[in-house]
Amino acid sequence: MASLNVNLCGIELSNPVIPASGTFGYGYEFAELYDINELGTFSFKGTTKDPRFGNPTPRIAECTAGMINAVGLQNPGVEKVIAEELPKLKACFHKPVMANVSGFSVEDYAYTCEKLDKEEQVGWLEVNVSCPNVHGGGMSFGTSPEAAAEVTRAVKAVTTKPVIIKLSPNVTDIVSIAKACEDAGADGISLINTMLGMRINLRTRKPIIANTMGGFSGPAIFPVAVRMVYQVAHAVKIPVIGMGGVSSAEDVIEMMLAGATAVEVGAANLVNPYVCRDIVRDLPEVMAKYRIENLNEIIGGVK
Amino acid sequence: MKQSIFTIVSNTALTDSVYKMVLSGDTSAITAAGQFVNIQLSGKFLRRPISVCDYDETTLTIVYKVVGKGTEAMSGMSAGQKLDILTGLGNGYDLTLSGEYPVLLGGGVGVPPMYNLAKKLITEGKKVFVILGFNTKSEIFYENEFKALGCDVTVTTVDGSYGKKGFVTDALPENYTYFYTCGPEPMLKAVYRATSTSGQMSFEERMGCGFGACMGCSCKTLTGYKRICKEGPVMKKEEILWQA
Repeated sequence: MASLNVNLCGIELSNPVIPASGTFGYGYEFAELYDINELGTFSFKGTTKDPRFGNPTPRIAECTAGMINAVGLQNPGVEKVIAEELPKLKACFHKPVMANVSGFSVEDYAYTCEKLDKEEQVGWLEVNVSCPNVHGGGMSFGTSPEAAAEVTRAVKAVTTKPVIIKLSPNVTDIVSIAKACEDAGADGISLINTMLGMRINLRTRKPIIANTMGGFSGPAIFPVAVRMVYQVAHAVKIPVIGMGGVSSAEDVIEMMLAGATAVEVGAANLVNPYVCRDIVRDLPEVMAKYRIENLNEIIGGVK
Repeated sequence: MKQSIFTIVSNTALTDSVYKMVLSGDTSAITAAGQFVNIQLSGKFLRRPISVCDYDETTLTIVYKVVGKGTEAMSGMSAGQKLDILTGLGNGYDLTLSGEYPVLLGGGVGVPPMYNLAKKLITEGKKVFVILGFNTKSEIFYENEFKALGCDVTVTTVDGSYGKKGFVTDALPENYTYFYTCGPEPMLKAVYRATSTSGQMSFEERMGCGFGACMGCSCKTLTGYKRICKEGPVMKKEEILWQA
């Protein structure tokens, strides 16, 4: 029997497949369809200190082999997430969950992480310094090594849980940012968030997205993601979660060969709500095809 | 919500750009008129959300307009082809508020969801007024289908080439107990202003998933933030907050 177990920052995962934040809500929509405990874990909807409606609509534009979104971190704020969403999540998911956090200042990040740190079911804090859809926040922390390190230190100071910093691909040197986070105490790195993109409606001659630009995701960005995961995983010693356009068991294996310890799946969930479950079920057969007995053997297999 | 494979039974043109597709498959997740389905198309990343025109235990009928490459591809499909469809999406219309003689107003491709709604209301013994609005005579569809249900049908055309000249709001009956509507947003706004009773309106938005996961289609209402795909697409008149 093939072993799908991996260890992510000290916590065992029954398999490396993790639905990415913003594509899986708080899990319960998907729990209507299947037992989401089949998943290793999932990263819940990005949480901020205060409630946010997000951006005006349209927030979605289709692309060839992908999509652009500019949701803008819509969420009810950390207090309501803890009071209303986590109990619902707990009713359908019984494993440690990954809490995804965003902010507009270093203090925001620390505040939200400190609150979530006290939640027993939260296994990891995934700190998003890479949201492309919010002006003056999120991504601005992920585009300089110093700012990313400052957020990392502030969050590490308020939690004992593993801190994973989620990085943006919209930078000139992602390796230097990843290393700065590692030096500041990060327990892991996840990448890539969406790539900044744009579509224009030919009839109206206006951007399709109300916010003009948005985050491009889906299979089209997979090669970029593999390349960046490869670069970062070879430069840091902490675990890396690979994501960006993953939609099959083959993609998961490719990401792991590039250096990922676990793999997040994003946009594909919006098209096929069963995709993560299907990937988990497909993995043993695909592993057998490529003569892989234990997934841990292949992490960073490409030198 | 349910994901399943449907087989096309027929796919026929009703006008130059509007098509009726009948599919056979598992419709058990569809619970109300006004819900929608989300259809996967080969070569397209996102699914195509289309409102349910009619359904029974084994068949689903959709009436759609060709507006882009996805719906254009659908228009060329033929009987026997299979489609991966998510069914039972959205809330649908609440029939319990209709009163004894509700009016249903459909504009353009907002007409199809009125059909199953009218059918259900007629079955419940209501007197149903139906107003179908189109730009011009050549765009009209489903007039006879509504008449066959036993509805009191009025057709309006903007250019006056058929039926009553004007908009659906120009044909409102003198007395009605409630309204249900679906159509382009300017029409919904006009219906909102012109109606004297409460009612329900179905909204559209560009969607990512169609089942509440991505927050791509959120809107503000007087009763809080709602997802068009999950808490909508049908909203009650009292909760609507028009954006500028």
